[in-house]
Amino acid sequence: MSLWEYANPVKFMALSGRILPAATVLSAACLFIGLFWGFFLTPDDYKQGSTVKIIFLHVPSALMAINIWLMMLVTSLVWLVRRHHVSALAARAAAPIGITMTLIALFTGAIWGKPMWGTYWAWDPRLTSFMILFVFYLGYIALWQAIEEADTAADLTSILCMVGSVFALLSRYAVNFWNQGLHQGASLSVDQETHVDNAFYLPLVVCIAGFVLLFVTLVLLRTRTHIRQRRAQALMVREAPH
Amino acid sequence: MLALFKRDVLLAFRSGGGFGLALAFFLILVMFVPFGVGTDRAILARIAPGILWIGALLACLLSLDRIFQLDAEDGTLDVLATSPLPLEGIAAAKAAAHWLTTGLPLTIAAPFLGYLLGLPQAGYLWLILSLLTGTVALSFIGMFGAALTVGVKRGGLLLSLLVLPLYVPTLIFGALTVVRVTEGLEPLSPWMLLTGLSLASVVAMPVVGAMALRANLR
Amino acid sequence: MPDLGKYAADVLSAYGVAAVLLIGLVLVSLRQGNQAKRELEAQEARLRKNGK
Repeated sequence: MSLWEYANPVKFMALSGRILPAATVLSAACLFIGLFWGFFLTPDDYKQGSTVKIIFLHVPSALMAINIWLMMLVTSLVWLVRRHHVSALAARAAAPIGITMTLIALFTGAIWGKPMWGTYWAWDPRLTSFMILFVFYLGYIALWQAIEEADTAADLTSILCMVGSVFALLSRYAVNFWNQGLHQGASLSVDQETHVDNAFYLPLVVCIAGFVLLFVTLVLLRTRTHIRQRRAQALMVREAPH
Repeated sequence: MLALFKRDVLLAFRSGGGFGLALAFFLILVMFVPFGVGTDRAILARIAPGILWIGALLACLLSLDRIFQLDAEDGTLDVLATSPLPLEGIAAAKAAAHWLTTGLPLTIAAPFLGYLLGLPQAGYLWLILSLLTGTVALSFIGMFGAALTVGVKRGGLLLSLLVLPLYVPTLIFGALTVVRVTEGLEPLSPWMLLTGLSLASVVAMPVVGAMALRANLR
Repeated sequence: MPDLGKYAADVLSAYGVAAVLLIGLVLVSLRQGNQAKRELEAQEARLRKNGK
């Protein structure tokens, strides 16, 4: 029994159908507990006041925004190498979730930045990189929508994801080079948050787990949608000669 | 491959399309800057490197969809794909022809437009150097974008959306080279990164461009 | 309701924006999923009726 068994759409549908209810319940529970805990039961930070509660949205969504792109890169490469349709469709299913996470990270960051840095937006390397990531997601989704032939679309978006990943990394480096030391970007970063008090750390972990589970649930749901759409399309083609 | 390169260059000259158009666009864009931000010499001189680089980049973008579109429409691309020449070679020849007919003229025009914007004296040499090597990256990366969208009808807008994010590092290193020299700092390190990026694009982009072409032609 | 102090508007709007985006994403995904399921079932029923 290998992992590749589930690359078969029928097997994937059966398995994901069984996982989906559990994933839904778990992610809802984790998100509810984590956010409730974070919002109602954590103390205010002595420096940041109640704005520290934004961390429970900002950090998980920022983590997911990057990791979803990585997941898309992996599934794209799997499609290019082994040509499993489920893999290509999973990458397609993940992109809208990734762009939503990027938006949440940008918006919550901006709202958090206003009281802390005195501005909603600064051309800080970290913020700029997220803006660039957002544009990469936009292009990827637009390419999926523009191409009608399904396998060609999967090929082209996978190639774009591959090349885009290299350039996203280059951009991150270039942006650091361009604006080094102008802004203390790391002052609110994850590196420091790992040292924060357990009062914040534990609910944060629960929230991150909740976001990961939510992503798993949604990506399964959306992949199933795309598989059904593909199957309906294939049946339509079979029906056509009559 | 050389013959294909010659043919593309000749076609670009004869039809006048990409060649003159990109230069005219560049001129108009630079002309519009004082209309938008005023004629204050100090402000213009300060933003000149960035404007020139962004202008060259957008002018380059304008002619990208011509790289493959015309050949795809009249079937030349299918003929080329079945020829003994590998698709990587075709992609490289096309990008090189695009650079010769777009990137090089833009580089030559840039110092004159720079003078209009009052670019500081020290900037000219590095403006030319940075554009000379930087536009190579613009053409080769753009060729990849054009290969992705060759099957899309009226894909110009999509092409821009795909290619512009890929241009970020090129723009940053290119503009930074000129900005740094006008501020009296050493411009060599961003310029070397820019040139490295161009060389890497010349090597890698034909490969991925050919992958995209293959998917589109299948 | 915890006392959010002078930053109440900031914190609440951050949670609000995130909630709107996440719930919107979930609703869109669910709707598309149900639509695809209905269409596939209709398609399969049609094929069965035509005896293929």
